[in-house]
Amino acid sequence: MSASARSGFGGVLRRDLLLGARQRSELANPIIFYVIVIALLVLAVGADAAVLDRLAPPVIWIAALLASTLSLDQVFHQDFADGSLEQLLLSHHPLAVLVAAKIAAHWLLYGVPMMLTALLVTGMLRLPDSALATLLATLLLGTPVFSLIGAVLAALTVGLRGSGLLLPLLILPLYVPLLIFSVGAVEDAARGLPVAGELYLIASVLALSICVMPIAAAAALRARLS
Amino acid sequence: MPSPAVIEQFPHAHAARSELLLEGVSLECIRNDAVLFSGVSFALAPGEILHVSGPNGSGKTSLLRILCGLGLPERGEVRWRGAEIRSVFVDFVSRVQYVGHSDGISLDLTCAENLEFACALAAADPGRPLGEALDEAGLGHCSSVSARRLSAGQRRRLALARLLLIPADCWLLDEPFTALDPDGHALVNGFVRRHAAGGGTAVISSHEPVEAGGVPIRELVL
Repeated sequence: MSASARSGFGGVLRRDLLLGARQRSELANPIIFYVIVIALLVLAVGADAAVLDRLAPPVIWIAALLASTLSLDQVFHQDFADGSLEQLLLSHHPLAVLVAAKIAAHWLLYGVPMMLTALLVTGMLRLPDSALATLLATLLLGTPVFSLIGAVLAALTVGLRGSGLLLPLLILPLYVPLLIFSVGAVEDAARGLPVAGELYLIASVLALSICVMPIAAAAALRARLS
Repeated sequence: MPSPAVIEQFPHAHAARSELLLEGVSLECIRNDAVLFSGVSFALAPGEILHVSGPNGSGKTSLLRILCGLGLPERGEVRWRGAEIRSVFVDFVSRVQYVGHSDGISLDLTCAENLEFACALAAADPGRPLGEALDEAGLGHCSSVSARRLSAGQRRRLALARLLLIPADCWLLDEPFTALDPDGHALVNGFVRRHAAGGGTAVISSHEPVEAGGVPIRELVL
């Protein structure tokens, strides 16, 4: 990355983190949603240890997927509404670099807190300690993918009426491979099986997303705003 | 539909092409299956201002979005120093400042933070201290005030303060006088006069006349 692109990346990242820190209620909502979904499930299932053992990995992941879609609207919506997005498009920095900074900020503001919350709620779900490290690894690799894929669809739907519901409908199917392999990894870890294969696969999805998604999101933004 | 007319012609119009900064060549814009304008051509040399006027819905904002590269014309092309803007986009956008209908201000940032961010996006280092630009825009006392607490006119002034801070050859201003008080009008006219005197060019859409004393102003009526 050239010095100029770095300064553009840094500028957008700093600003988005600052904005996030000033809109704390927006940050808290997906986390609260996440905790409520898991608490509802635990209340509905009851204290049946065998069922909870079986449910813990998928529930932690499905709740994380649902909660993450709540925050995706935030990636571009505000900048679209106040005209900042036009200024980003007319910056001489490559748009994909600026979009990558927005995605990084989104992950730091929403993905990281969700990961930490997931670790806290495992207590409610009786996830075996042996699977904790694997759960953390899948979330560490998976939550940036939420932000990366989500940003493309958020860019495609920015400014559309009714994008609030459209976005989850479009994005949830795209998370399916991630869900299958992550839940598989956590279940295998709970049974004491090796999980390297699944983790490598999720990591490769992340690597591919990092390369492709910022460019795709930048193209989608240009198309939406022209 | 009436064809747009460039009313005032200036001798510069025949200047060599390399001296021209911004050119529109038979631009046509179609919105919702209706032709908004077609055959719009103009050429701006350094120091010239284009004032775009016309009734609501005549395509002033569309024209400005096309000129800054946000929109695509149906026909025709926009040229920057003789080259189509998309072929020299990075060079073009680093020499152009666009202040659109929405101010491009984050309401949860302070005035100073908004300007700092604008500088981070811009190619050049700010031409002058940030506080000076705020002072001149009449917001000197608001530097650490959240933009959410500014009035519409003050937000407009903050958006226009970007023009003072970031050096550019070409300003594209969409309704810069909206929400401004008479003092603000004079301020914008003063900015434009100084910009043109320094060899800059500007396209300004507005229902009100631009009074930039002595600077040649071309009129484009859509």
